[in-house]
Amino acid sequence: MITVENLVAGYGRIGVLDGISLAVQSGECVGILGHNGMGKTTLLRSIVGLLPAWSGSVTLDGQNLGKMPAYQRARAGIGYVPQGRQIFPGLSVRENLHFGALAKKLPREQAEAEALAEFPELKRLLDRPGGALSGGEQQLLALARALTGQPKILLLDEPTEGIQPSIVQAMIERIGELRQRRGLAVLLVEQNLDFIRGLADRVLMIHRGRILRELDRAAIADPSLEQEFIGAGPQTATTH
Amino acid sequence: MDYAAVVALQILSGVATLVIVSLGLAVVFGMMRVINLAHGEFLMLGGYTAVLAYGRGVNLWIALLILPPIVVGLVGIVVERLLIRRLYGRMIDTMLATWGLSLALIGGVTMLFGNSVTGVSAPLGNFSVGQFHVSVYDIFLMFAAMALSMAVWAVLKFTPAGLLARGTMQNAEMASALGVAPDRVYAVTFAAGAALSGLAGGLIAPLSGVVPTMGTAFIAKAFITVITGGAAMLTGTLTASGLLGSVSTIFTFLTTPVFGEVALLIVAIVLLRLLPRGITGRFLRRSL
Repeated sequence: MITVENLVAGYGRIGVLDGISLAVQSGECVGILGHNGMGKTTLLRSIVGLLPAWSGSVTLDGQNLGKMPAYQRARAGIGYVPQGRQIFPGLSVRENLHFGALAKKLPREQAEAEALAEFPELKRLLDRPGGALSGGEQQLLALARALTGQPKILLLDEPTEGIQPSIVQAMIERIGELRQRRGLAVLLVEQNLDFIRGLADRVLMIHRGRILRELDRAAIADPSLEQEFIGAGPQTATTH
Repeated sequence: MDYAAVVALQILSGVATLVIVSLGLAVVFGMMRVINLAHGEFLMLGGYTAVLAYGRGVNLWIALLILPPIVVGLVGIVVERLLIRRLYGRMIDTMLATWGLSLALIGGVTMLFGNSVTGVSAPLGNFSVGQFHVSVYDIFLMFAAMALSMAVWAVLKFTPAGLLARGTMQNAEMASALGVAPDRVYAVTFAAGAALSGLAGGLIAPLSGVVPTMGTAFIAKAFITVITGGAAMLTGTLTASGLLGSVSTIFTFLTTPVFGEVALLIVAIVLLRLLPRGITGRFLRRSL
């Protein structure tokens, strides 16, 4: 459904992505694993359109997103939950949800009702300012807000960062359900191996802006991955 | 007793005038962080629109209330396209460019219509409070200030466009990743601010008369009000207008209009020394 071919991008004159190609089918969840600074976030920002690609292409359902700015890509069907969640702090939870729908000219009441059906824990928070929510609550809100825009593919950037384990488990279940019900494709950048194991159908290892290799479900489940991947977690990130 | 009533009315009318002349600036600065030094000239263009239209036989209320916001709103669209859009995030450059625009507008209007005061006499007549006469138009301005503030609040709070604008101002990148075109939001916001400034010019034209340089009389006060108000655009403008307008009117009564202005400036300076981020930087922070 979404195809990325030979994507090259970076900041200023420093290249970060060095020819990335990948494809995600609808209903599929693809994980991206890599050490810090290897280009995971850059890859997502470049697909979303927040960072211009130097070369290469991004195609969604046959539509070339090429030079489209971020807002047109969002309207074409790309949903994005960035690192740090980026909730509008001064808008209430309800307004944050409405924003996702209105940004794409969808009716806000219906979007709110759907979001609350999928994320009932937001119901009691509706009138709170987004900035007053806990990290876990903000993560759920960011997810719900992205979904109010009815995306075809959801890009998640480290959704478990700074979130308690109980909510992580809930999020695995929630995203799994959404994939089934909506046929949503998910591209997931994550350092939390348990989270990736719970969701991803396959995983791409990214290293220095290139895809090093692809792991299937069996390979992800292999405990030796932990050994190989030591240093990826935030607690040991400083060793690299 | 009558005197007290008249003073109270004058204070309210001073506050109302400050609200009216500051609101357009508050929208543009508060929402976009763009310092528009041509704000005073937007008022002036609104004033000229009103006076010229009335002089050509247009109904007075249409000339005062309808045409100025339309004309200046259109000017705002052009200015945003040609100038502001190219300078987003460059505050000093924006100030310089809008200052240049302000001088050009003053020069242009002087060339076209001459450097003399023209005006419309205040409609609606007077009423008496004991031995004093009070202009009904002053009362009308108070209601206009209230109506305008409520309209701005309602648009921001309840309309889809208002919600998209508030979110975009808080995090433009996220807004665009959700499907909003930030450029368009900025353009519409600037045009709306310009239209409000134009309307303000139409509203005050009967009080001050119009002259090409009239903007300079208002820009400083409008700026001080908006800065003193702080981050919450509407609450800030209203509280700062209430405080500064009262102080200035009271001192005008006790001494002379010159000292009224001086008192306004002193209070603003002291306040900004104590509350560097404005009134709403400390109080009522979550308001609009």
